[in-house]
Amino acid sequence: MIRIFYATFVAALLLSAPVSAADEKPVAGAKPGEVAPGIGRDRLEQAVAAAWAGLPPDMQARVTQDDTMRVCSQYRNTPPQADADAILVREKKTVVYPGDGKLLGNWKEGEKIALSGFGGRMGDNPKLANGGNCYACHQLAPAEISYGTLGPSLLGYGKLKGNSAEAQKEVYERVFNAQAVFACSNMPRFGHNKFLTIEQIKDAVAFLLDPESPVNK
Amino acid sequence: MIPGLKTLARAVVTVASVAATLSVAAAQTPAPAAAAEEDADKLLEKYRAMISDPMSNPGYLAVDTGETLWTTARGPKNATLETCDLGKGPGKVDGAYAEMPRYFADVDRVMDAESRILWCMETVQGIDTAPIRKKPFASSGGNPATEIEALVAYVSNKSNGFPYAAKMEHPKEREMVALGEALFYRRSSVNDFSCQTCHGQEGQRIRLQTLPYFENPKNARATMGSWPTYRVSQASLRTMQHRIWDCFWQMRMPDVGYASDVTVALAAYLTKKAEGGTIEVPSIKR
Ligand code: HEC
Ligand code: HEC
Repeated sequence: MIRIFYATFVAALLLSAPVSAADEKPVAGAKPGEVAPGIGRDRLEQAVAAAWAGLPPDMQARVTQDDTMRVCSQYRNTPPQADADAILVREKKTVVYPGDGKLLGNWKEGEKIALSGFGGRMGDNPKLANGGNCYACHQLAPAEISYGTLGPSLLGYGKLKGNSAEAQKEVYERVFNAQAVFACSNMPRFGHNKFLTIEQIKDAVAFLLDPESPVNK
Repeated sequence: MIPGLKTLARAVVTVASVAATLSVAAAQTPAPAAAAEEDADKLLEKYRAMISDPMSNPGYLAVDTGETLWTTARGPKNATLETCDLGKGPGKVDGAYAEMPRYFADVDRVMDAESRILWCMETVQGIDTAPIRKKPFASSGGNPATEIEALVAYVSNKSNGFPYAAKMEHPKEREMVALGEALFYRRSSVNDFSCQTCHGQEGQRIRLQTLPYFENPKNARATMGSWPTYRVSQASLRTMQHRIWDCFWQMRMPDVGYASDVTVALAAYLTKKAEGGTIEVPSIKR
């Protein structure tokens, strides 16, 4: 429910305080602790281990879930309130801020990051910069019509949100770790997962908030 | 059965050029890319109409190769696959794909078509399938289907017109469907994705690409009844194992084990949702 509301009324979203998913939906037909009817976590993880066997540590780390992934998977992204609160607290602690305190980078670089879906896939050159692929899920600049709808439209985002220090901080935190703001968000935790660098996140913030950015034209 | 060579040659050339157009579209800069993508869609639409005649769908090359592989005596045991039991009894291929994945008592395991055909190659023909499992998919760009891809194309084609009837009633089948469900929601890797991230709501798009939502039986049926498919963007015949591998690739996961329980469980979960749909394969897709 909350999610549909979110996706539809971006403006309302901008004004509202972050809401955690409160409507716990136990998995249909599953007993407490099961992740699907008759499937315990052990069975699930045993199948996963067999399908991704003998990996080097960096690849194994991609397969292994952290606590937040585990809870979100278990509750299909609508965790009980107590779990949602625990996620927000835990994830908020992971946010790392730029050393110089400046949160607004270069919107032109930010635009490239928003457009690029490169990085992290098997075969992608790890020496090249990852993209944020924001357009996979969000509408941003009006000229770019190739945008996805997995997240809310961010068209004119900076016009609605402003460019205050507070707005910058909120957006920086959101992009660094979406789950510091919304437990079990479908949006990747870009900074937390070290998928984007601090500089790249600053650039993405600028793309959203800088009055010169096409997002706000 | 075998379409005229000229028709085939023409189809293959067309596919190569459409694929080239598509990859150019993907490589361009933002605004033109969107326009080019639309053009590509239109082109593809035209192309689809042109080859709706199955005899000129390049995927049928793989079907024919698969038929030859199926009926040729091979391996240390110098046997054909014609005694392979795909679940409806030895040698019975018609409609067998429509009932897979299914439980096989002889291995006490739920298998999809790909796992079962490999098992037959091992037991009936004595072939060591380790190298096939290591490189099961043809590289993109017009390469011929691998042995296993061709065999799946052949076997699945023999279920054309059959409704999906994988009942999933055996306890082990039910367990596999439930495991697939759990896997569908299991988030992982550097983007925190699960299948649900992209296939969790009706009518959503990633960029301009519409994503199937499998809770809608119409979507599930249209999807599962159309694999294997000839993928124009890759100029290759692709199986459900490849589609699942591909989605894990997009999820930034390491390569998922070919014919592993993870892939079979996900296929079982989606197949159950597709019950009643009709199989028309190989289809042709983007
Ligand atoms: C896989 C999908 C996905 C990707 C990729 C993604 N987002 Fe999001 N984003 C979401 C969803 C879903 C929401 C809705 C709120 C939530 O669940 O956290 C959201 C919310 C947001 C919000 C908050 C809007 C508001 O004020 O409520 C911002 C800002 C944002 N995203 C920016 C970005 C940027 C910048 C990038 C790229 C660097 C990005 N997103 C990439 C899915 C995504
Ligand atoms: C990052 C996004 C993303 C994730 C995560 C994802 N998929 Fe997909 N999936 C896609 C896209 C894009 C397509 C292609 C749609 C098209 O070509 O129209 C697709 C297509 C498919 C198809 C074929 C649909 C058809 O109609 O032919 C299946 C089946 C599928 N996905 C299953 C899965 C499974 C199972 C998982 C999890 C293991 C998964 N997907 C995870 C993006 C994703």
